[in-house]
Amino acid sequence: MWEFPLTLPLPEGYNNKVRDLYPSHEHNGYRWAMVVDLDRCIGCAACAVACYAENNIGIVGEQQLIAGREMAWLQVQRYQDPGRPEKVIFLPMLCQHCDNAPCESVCPVFAPHHSKEGLNNQIYNRCIGTRFCSQDCPYKVRRFNWFTWQWPPPLNLQLNPDVTVRSKGVMEKCSFCVQRIKEAHNRAKNEGRAIRDGEVQPACVQTCPTGVFTFGNLMDPNSEVSRKAKDKRAYQVMGYLNTKPAVIYLKKVVQEI
Amino acid sequence: MSQEFELSYGEIDYTVLGSLRRPSSGYWLLVGALVLGVVAGAICWAYQIAVGIGAGGQNIPVAWGTYLINFVFWVGIAHSGTLISAILHLFRAGWRNPIARAAETMTVFAVSIAGLFPFIHLGRVWLVYYMLPYPNQRNLWPNFQSPLVFDMVAISTYLTVSSLFWYTGLLPDLAVVRDRAEGLRRKIFTVLSLGWTGKHEQWRHYTRGYLFFAALATPLVVSVHSVVSWDFALSVVPGWHSTIFAPYFVAGAIHSGLAMVLTLMIPLRKVFNFERIVTVDVLENVAKTIIFTGLIVGYAYGVEYFLAWYSSNIVEQEAFRWRAMGAYSLEFWIMVVCNSLVPLLFFIKRIRRSIAWLFGISLLVNVGMWYERFVIIIGGVAHGFIPHAWGLYRPSLIEYGIMLGSFSLFFLLFVLFVKHFPSISMTEMKETIQEEAAHAG
Repeated sequence: MWEFPLTLPLPEGYNNKVRDLYPSHEHNGYRWAMVVDLDRCIGCAACAVACYAENNIGIVGEQQLIAGREMAWLQVQRYQDPGRPEKVIFLPMLCQHCDNAPCESVCPVFAPHHSKEGLNNQIYNRCIGTRFCSQDCPYKVRRFNWFTWQWPPPLNLQLNPDVTVRSKGVMEKCSFCVQRIKEAHNRAKNEGRAIRDGEVQPACVQTCPTGVFTFGNLMDPNSEVSRKAKDKRAYQVMGYLNTKPAVIYLKKVVQEI
Repeated sequence: MSQEFELSYGEIDYTVLGSLRRPSSGYWLLVGALVLGVVAGAICWAYQIAVGIGAGGQNIPVAWGTYLINFVFWVGIAHSGTLISAILHLFRAGWRNPIARAAETMTVFAVSIAGLFPFIHLGRVWLVYYMLPYPNQRNLWPNFQSPLVFDMVAISTYLTVSSLFWYTGLLPDLAVVRDRAEGLRRKIFTVLSLGWTGKHEQWRHYTRGYLFFAALATPLVVSVHSVVSWDFALSVVPGWHSTIFAPYFVAGAIHSGLAMVLTLMIPLRKVFNFERIVTVDVLENVAKTIIFTGLIVGYAYGVEYFLAWYSSNIVEQEAFRWRAMGAYSLEFWIMVVCNSLVPLLFFIKRIRRSIAWLFGISLLVNVGMWYERFVIIIGGVAHGFIPHAWGLYRPSLIEYGIMLGSFSLFFLLFVLFVKHFPSISMTEMKETIQEEAAHAG
């Protein structure tokens, strides 16, 4: 259970003889992935704030937050050694964009949709709100709009025009800032080239002061994410579930002095 | 059974049709109270649609609350109706005849109410037709991999077959009512009895048709609740992802349904003086079956723990440790005591022949089975993989209102039925007597 090999969300991560029933996805030029270096994380949560601002995430207020209805697409989870509370490990948790996504198979209406570029898209128009995807998500990163959230003025002025505002009854979650990926696609297409490594920067990547996050194309063997995924410290959260997450974490190295 | 033997055909008709006489004011008071309950539930649902599903107590991680508990509960209640009316019919178990009609009625109403809950629970109920495989211009079909789509197919099939089976069984009795009714009632029952005259040919078709519907309904008991269990078993959640779920849910469903049969039949026989038809022997047989299902359910609880231990999966082990000792341990122990231990009292003959004990234990089993669904649906996700995402759940007032509405609707439908339709199959009672007379002779 603890010793599960890193299974990249690429065809080589599949082994149909041993543990995979379905064939791998065919990705079209890009397989977006993120590497999170836990050694660099200082737990400042700037990434979470940037995500709120970029993606028009609902602000639920204190009451709803206590009720367990926080909308954060990215949250910095803290884990402490009970015996030594000063030893804290921060785990930025966001949608893992799994290749074998548990959320995709259980939705009756195909609202979670696996894109040609490996993104786990949530189609808001299609969602009828069964919430089965959230129940089945082992990472619990999907967020549900329990109400239609309000942005009283002047907060409405800071809503990002490139991103939809979700209404009640719809599931949502991290999209790897798909609006920025689309923008990079347009730029690359106009210039007749492929998207360059590092050209797409989701809001969390852009904002992190210590460079915890790296975003890029896993199908390009020379990209930074591919290089970092080969790191000895690389692991996936709950890798033994074989969901093949596209968010790869680099372990925090702790040395006793 | 010798008691029934003393009944003549005329007495059966007289007793059963007696239940259709002009109701007392107490009856209308009961109906009025139940209607109020239904209205309260409807108002709660309307409010929830208006403001959003956040009116309930669900959250992340516990995104399913009492709506899904009640869904599984009511589907479960439905099951032993079919067990009694269809499976025992195929086995030629004559003791089922006095309670088969009421049990099948319970099935039809319980499935209808169960079918409401997936709607109530949707975030955007107005888009529910997205789940139907209807031809649209985008060629967009539902996801047949999803257990929720299996559910929709299974439940609607079950409701269709159960209703047809129920109505087929009613036909000869509707004709009996028609023959004795006058005025408007006669007209209504003339339409309902579909021109039944009791000709030899009609009886031949009727018995064939009834047998075939019974044969069609029997596998559905197994398939429907297996499919409901796959809502859980096909996920990755610790405590849900288990191969025991299908048989365990089917046994649990029949367990709760049998208890509901007792809960409904005991007042019914008292109110309508059916004691000579629904004898203590019949109730005793139901109680014996409850021992059987209770043992299976208790065994399944044990197997779940064994599987958790045997898997060496610490997440699974923690889920089950928490189930018995965590925040919902009270609910867990209510479930174990009411479902597996209390029914063992039926091993004592004096208890299973005492009406008070039968009624009390049947209520406890109903409560226990409701909590079983609570423990599974809430307890599974409340304490999942990531400690940071652990959380608890408490039903909101709106949820209690809708629950009250659902129970009121069920009892309202049942109360209306027993007063306006023959709630005991006169036809089958006469068959029982005839068979016994043949054996005696």
